[in-house]
Amino acid sequence: MAVAAVSKYEFAPADTQDKFHGAQLLYIGWEDHLLFCSPFAFPFPATMRFGDIIAGVLPGVFGYHPDFAQIDWAKAEWLKSGKPFQPDFDKSLADNGLKHKDVIRFRTPGLTGIKGSCS
Amino acid sequence: MSTVFLALQTNEETRPIIEAILQDNPSAVVDEQPAMVKINADGRLVVRRQTIEEITGRDYDLQELQVNMITMSGNLDQTDDEITLFWKA
Amino acid sequence: MDMTVAKKKLGLKERYAVMTRGLDWTPSYQKMEDIYPYIAYEGIKIHDWDKWEDPFRLTMDAYWKYQAEKERKLYSVLDAYTQNNGHLNVTDARYLNTVKLFLSGISPLEYVAHRGFAHAGRQFPGPGPRVACLMQSLDEIRHAQTQVHAVSNYNKYYNGMHDFHHAHDRVWFLSVPKSFFDDAITAGPFEFMVSIGFSFEYVLTNLLFVPFVSGAAYNGDMAAMTFGFSAQSDEARHMTLGLEVIKFILEQDPDNVPIVQRWIDKWTWRGYRVLTLVAMMMDYMLPKRTMSWKESWEIYFEENGGALFKDLARYGIKMPKCAEQIALEKDHLSHQAWSTFYNYAAAANFHTWMPDEDEMEWLSSKYPNSFDKHYRPRYEFWREQAAKGNRFYNKTLPMLCQTCQIPMIFTEPGDATKTCYREVDYKNEKYHFCSDYCKEIFEHEPEKYVQAWLPVHQIYQGNCFPEGTDPTVEGFDPLAKVLEYYHLEHGRDNLDFDISEDKKNFAEWRGQATKNV
Repeated sequence: MAVAAVSKYEFAPADTQDKFHGAQLLYIGWEDHLLFCSPFAFPFPATMRFGDIIAGVLPGVFGYHPDFAQIDWAKAEWLKSGKPFQPDFDKSLADNGLKHKDVIRFRTPGLTGIKGSCS
Repeated sequence: MSTVFLALQTNEETRPIIEAILQDNPSAVVDEQPAMVKINADGRLVVRRQTIEEITGRDYDLQELQVNMITMSGNLDQTDDEITLFWKA
Repeated sequence: MDMTVAKKKLGLKERYAVMTRGLDWTPSYQKMEDIYPYIAYEGIKIHDWDKWEDPFRLTMDAYWKYQAEKERKLYSVLDAYTQNNGHLNVTDARYLNTVKLFLSGISPLEYVAHRGFAHAGRQFPGPGPRVACLMQSLDEIRHAQTQVHAVSNYNKYYNGMHDFHHAHDRVWFLSVPKSFFDDAITAGPFEFMVSIGFSFEYVLTNLLFVPFVSGAAYNGDMAAMTFGFSAQSDEARHMTLGLEVIKFILEQDPDNVPIVQRWIDKWTWRGYRVLTLVAMMMDYMLPKRTMSWKESWEIYFEENGGALFKDLARYGIKMPKCAEQIALEKDHLSHQAWSTFYNYAAAANFHTWMPDEDEMEWLSSKYPNSFDKHYRPRYEFWREQAAKGNRFYNKTLPMLCQTCQIPMIFTEPGDATKTCYREVDYKNEKYHFCSDYCKEIFEHEPEKYVQAWLPVHQIYQGNCFPEGTDPTVEGFDPLAKVLEYYHLEHGRDNLDFDISEDKKNFAEWRGQATKNV
């Protein structure tokens, strides 16, 4: 459908990749850990190594949670746009097929939040 | 029938109005909340000028109610003599 | 000399006819479509504008008289409250955060509503709705002014209110109410009337004003109570206008029904999402609670809205489909919202805290199906950590919904353990949503929502730092710069209530008020 308007109604989207100074947006959520109220948004260069996000970024983001220290990353299950996804930690975001404004989330089997409440 | 309601501020001006509403509407039920009075009725609620005038002993213009009204529910109709709130279904 | 015989005063109905339709005229040398250029493009068909009548039959002369009386009452209460240092009589200083939320989140909307109704009124060819819109436009600017006035007294003593309008246009969560109203005033005049006049004023306003104002009264805030009731006394008229406009449009042409239904569906959901802020205010921010969010939703939406939609069924209008999802969310909404503001306490213009044991008990009794299972463990953990000096401050920016602009905090309908993710690809760009309804709204008018000013994305684009900021310098602290851009002072306007200046000052001043120093 289209907007009902008195004349042509066409505007550029506000958040195209060219506006992020060389970065692209990536959203990351941790399943079963709603103590973090929402998934996060990050501006990363497409050339960034996926493993560097895990090792360098996520501890500062999720480290407050007691479950975080117990994560076995080899067992983590990933979803991209809700579908199973196998990231290669040694490859870049681009080589992992991650584009601007993609959303990924990970589940850490056995870790279900504060007292198992998914918090 | 669905409930209609009228909520008024709790004050000296509304006391006789609430009294009049209760007199004129047998199904009306008063729900007192902090600083406000909510009057619920079954399907229909009438505010009558004449009843208010009888209680207060002075002329009353129903539009004065604008000052103390908080909220209401239902279709409304106002004349010189009555304010009616009602549902048609 | 002839004696003039005093004529009997006109009755209400005749006075209304004379003072509205009687003042209108048919243009002779300009075309109607040139005078009213926005009246056709939304697809609404009106055949007879005279069929519209204000059931209160209020005319401008009576309007001025009663509004003046309302103002006199309001200011006499306000003066007395101020002269008596009324701010020290509120239940406790946590309450003041509701005032901050109201002033920065709601009062600026009153001003936008003023502009919106002035615009809509100008566009309607019928004198009945035009006069009613004019009155509402004046009401709305009165609300903005009296609210700012009433709260300015608190601003002398407490933090976070000093630049509310600047905040409204910039602070991340305030983009939620702001974009809601921007969406409405950029629509055509009929959609504006359905969005604000009907869906917001008639269906949802009771959920905003009644609990807030009653809550203010219950918590000793006479200033908010008096501006609230004064505003609310206009609200009854606004609700009536909203309902009459809907009935009028529906009666004019059967082709109008599906258009109006879509607007009602859209705006009930949009308005409900904005009320997320009210839900948490009721359940968490009022030290003395009047009723829970869930109870007030049941009374004012399910019961009262149910009666309304039953009444509108004769036109073919149905209860919005989203009501089913809202019913599922009512056990969770306020808790998910409060968790969010607890997360982002470093970036807001008011304080948050963890409920004490009694308050947890209250929450658990009001929300027996959800609180202990989903939210208490989280809160107890946060409380323990705070006691150890490790209060949680989330410093990473959240992912936002493209439509409502709220962080993606909502869970799947029926499963409170899973975040709800929805997405759409539109013209090679991905868009994300918190719910099926926000997604549907986007899909209907994608060109509108692709322009959304999403605070998180704007920060990452570098648009939310004070002028001259260089984000590439060594040790750049983005949060500090964003707060500077918001005109908020770190450590003063934000963070936990327990360590706030507000708490300390209030205790000290109240002490001075009750004993000789």
